[in-house]
Amino acid sequence: MKYTQGKYPIVKKTTLAKEIYDFTILCPEIAAVAEKGQFINVIADGYTLRRPISICGIDKENGTLRIVFEVRGKGTKEIAKLNEGELIDILAPLGKGFPTGEYKTAITVGGGIGTPPMVEVAKHFGENCRAISGFRSASAVILQEDFRASGAETILCTDDGTAGRKGYVTEALKDEVAKKKPDVIYACGPNVMIKGVVDIAKENGIPCYISLEERMGCGIGACLVCACRTVKNGEEYYAHVCKDGPVFNSEEVIF
Amino acid sequence: MADLSVKVAGVDFKNPVIVASGTFGYGHEYEELFPLSKLGGISTKGTTGAKRTGNLAPRIAETPSGILNSVGLQNPGIDAFIEKELPYLLTKDTTIVANIAGATPEECAEVAAKLDSTDVDMIELNISCPNVKQGGAAFGVSCEGAAGVTKLVRAATKKPLMVKLSPNVTNIVDIAKAVEAEGADALSLINTLLGMRIDINSRRPILRNNVGGLSGPCVFPVAVRMVWQVASAVGIDVVGMGGISNYEDAIEMMMAGAKAIQIGTVLFNNPYAAVEIADGMNSWLDSKGIKSVSEIVGTVEKW
Repeated sequence: MKYTQGKYPIVKKTTLAKEIYDFTILCPEIAAVAEKGQFINVIADGYTLRRPISICGIDKENGTLRIVFEVRGKGTKEIAKLNEGELIDILAPLGKGFPTGEYKTAITVGGGIGTPPMVEVAKHFGENCRAISGFRSASAVILQEDFRASGAETILCTDDGTAGRKGYVTEALKDEVAKKKPDVIYACGPNVMIKGVVDIAKENGIPCYISLEERMGCGIGACLVCACRTVKNGEEYYAHVCKDGPVFNSEEVIF
Repeated sequence: MADLSVKVAGVDFKNPVIVASGTFGYGHEYEELFPLSKLGGISTKGTTGAKRTGNLAPRIAETPSGILNSVGLQNPGIDAFIEKELPYLLTKDTTIVANIAGATPEECAEVAAKLDSTDVDMIELNISCPNVKQGGAAFGVSCEGAAGVTKLVRAATKKPLMVKLSPNVTNIVDIAKAVEAEGADALSLINTLLGMRIDINSRRPILRNNVGGLSGPCVFPVAVRMVWQVASAVGIDVVGMGGISNYEDAIEMMMAGAKAIQIGTVLFNNPYAAVEIADGMNSWLDSKGIKSVSEIVGTVEKW
């Protein structure tokens, strides 16, 4: 693990949906070592704590990282004010990302603002990936073009049926698993969604990796605030989302 | 280049900036960013007799100009610390202060006794953790309790002993004097101030522990005041902490009477803060023509 802290230029800023922003950051030394599923810890001007934001895209050739985040509170609102050409203060890349190992076929499941970290996973598996994403409504849908560009089969769900199939991602996941079992499932989203995905993976004996969220302090594993109940080798332990995660093997997490 | 070295209770620190217990783990994570030898010292994560798992999350919340935390002394226990962490830290060319805590005065003494045969430079006895039911706050907030635990730990170790005081008391000077009378070699203050935040939508406290310790720039004036009062009243050395965020704060805290300072919360915002504060102090001293940082200790002239 090797991370750095510094101020890097935002080379592109767009708005993907209401309150959802897309930044491309020029940071060659960070992009060079970043892995899918890792996150960056961002200064929100005027606030003590950095805000953890997952990495959506890694372009090692051009030395850029892409983040897609939603304004959730005052801190993310401050970050969203940054413009193209301005510097963003980040500590990155942090945490453990998604292991892809020897797996050949995958299903990714992203819920709402949990969708961005799935884009790099879909790129890895290409046409051997089925990318399920779920949103409240058509107006909140993001990143479908990116999934398609990766070669993945995209399956879109909305709670109200205004885009894609009506219903939750867990229902789509059940159908897809019934059609053809993947070697592995990756998921990121609200806790209730993750729990549902983990149950389906377990019932079907499919390995599953989940990306979790918790209020963080240092972001590197020193302050021990972002505790997550886990069990490893029969022993219960409070792991830390920033260093031991954010990606965990679902079998190790106690919900 | 000013002389930044300081002595606290006879222990040498190459500069006055010590990273505070609980914010720096055992150093591994920050070593990715800079060599630990740049630090004046490291106060290690509070260690208890047996392993502790800590509190349920969320353990942190942002506050105006600060944070609340309630980690709950998660640590691997003193035996694991001595076996796995301390030998590594002792190779890092910086001063190592072992921060210890316990549910009872006897547990604190037992932990101190185990450290007595190690090469750790100093012990910092935490009698002020606000985040566990029995984290020391129970006996750290009365003169009798503070004196009692200091006496037991003093008897258990020959290491230089620094006692970390709680600000959550009626009169911190009385506690400081009681601890000094039982043989403490130095005092460090302040630990965090007990606080609370509520999520108005869920009507639940943000911290799972309901309450937690407040730190960061918001507590700085309280810390300066308490350090000034205590340093003026005791004969032993005082290490000042609480919300220090830059070199100016560090100098202010030393002028209030601190022989060295600790920083913590600022690291979450700026992981290089310790190095930058030491550099900034050096430049400031040079600009004033002051040869040694120790010359500024306690130099505030009250009105």
